[in-house]
Amino acid sequence: MITIKNLTFAYGKKSPVLQDFSLDFQQGNIYGLLGKNGTGKSTLLYLIMGLLHAQKGEVLVDGMSGKDRNPELMRELFLLPEEYDLPAVHLSDYVSAIAPFYPNFSMELMEKCLACFEMSSDVNLGALSMGQKKKVYMCIALAANTPYLFMDEPTNGLDILSKSQFRKAIVTAMSPEKTIIVSTHQVHDVERVLDHVIIIDRNRVLLNLSLVENEEPVDLEKLFVDTLTYNSLQQ
Amino acid sequence: MEFKNQKPIYLQIADHICNRILLGEYGEDERLPSVREFAAEVEVNVNTVTRTFEYLQQNEVAASRRGLGIFVMPGARERVYAMRRTEFFNVQLPEVFALMDTLGISMKEVATQYDASRHTT
Repeated sequence: MITIKNLTFAYGKKSPVLQDFSLDFQQGNIYGLLGKNGTGKSTLLYLIMGLLHAQKGEVLVDGMSGKDRNPELMRELFLLPEEYDLPAVHLSDYVSAIAPFYPNFSMELMEKCLACFEMSSDVNLGALSMGQKKKVYMCIALAANTPYLFMDEPTNGLDILSKSQFRKAIVTAMSPEKTIIVSTHQVHDVERVLDHVIIIDRNRVLLNLSLVENEEPVDLEKLFVDTLTYNSLQQ
Repeated sequence: MEFKNQKPIYLQIADHICNRILLGEYGEDERLPSVREFAAEVEVNVNTVTRTFEYLQQNEVAASRRGLGIFVMPGARERVYAMRRTEFFNVQLPEVFALMDTLGISMKEVATQYDASRHTT
């Protein structure tokens, strides 16, 4: 479980991105983290990873803090950033370099996810296009098989078919022991695979809703716009 | 699979499976895909598909066999027919009636149209 309590974070002397912010994430759910640009979605993921340090409050993952860089916790977390570079090596070499850090790393799952994207594991990362790189790294992230997986705007830059394949891959890799958080503003790309949607804005959780338990069908895009509109009228 | 916005997703998936049963794609006593396989196929959350399977079991369309998976129950096709007929009379038909009132269409006109369409097909 991830517990965020009274968190305040600002980049340098700028006004805080997150202020007195509290939120919990429960095991066995795929969360969609929605918010306007610049509302702290990525920042929140980096704070959970311990890659950014909050000025106030705490973020605990199974009672541990990411900023302590404790290997026991680090091997449980995987972040798929929005942008990244991959070295020009063969995929198998890259996997053998990073897999030892993740005790549950599953080659079988890797193959399954690559199959979802109709890709082969026999590729050199240097020879891939931007979109292909994104898909391969996504497969690595899913195959790392960590209890916690954070994906920052995973569908950016994917074509329509790849977005559909992404949904198959994430559903294939999900299990009841895992917690997956997908930050996105591309609501339609992911809404059907989400258990839970959270809309955040600076210091507040504007909406925290289970999509699976909901009896009425939810039009997430409408909900997103309505929530933000309602919120701006309140201010 | 295309989803509409009027009906809960888990029920739309149930309809989808029921259609396959009606079409004979899933035969009686046949094993259904696992929740995960099916979720990947329709690109929907596993927990939603779990709910679909629970619904199918409640309505005795499918039953779980310990350790083997979920199977289409004997007589499922008949039950799906019955469920669909009930839904037609309780849900779809009242909508058509309401629309007929709004547009001032009589039962007689509908009957004429119905007969005409039977002759052309």
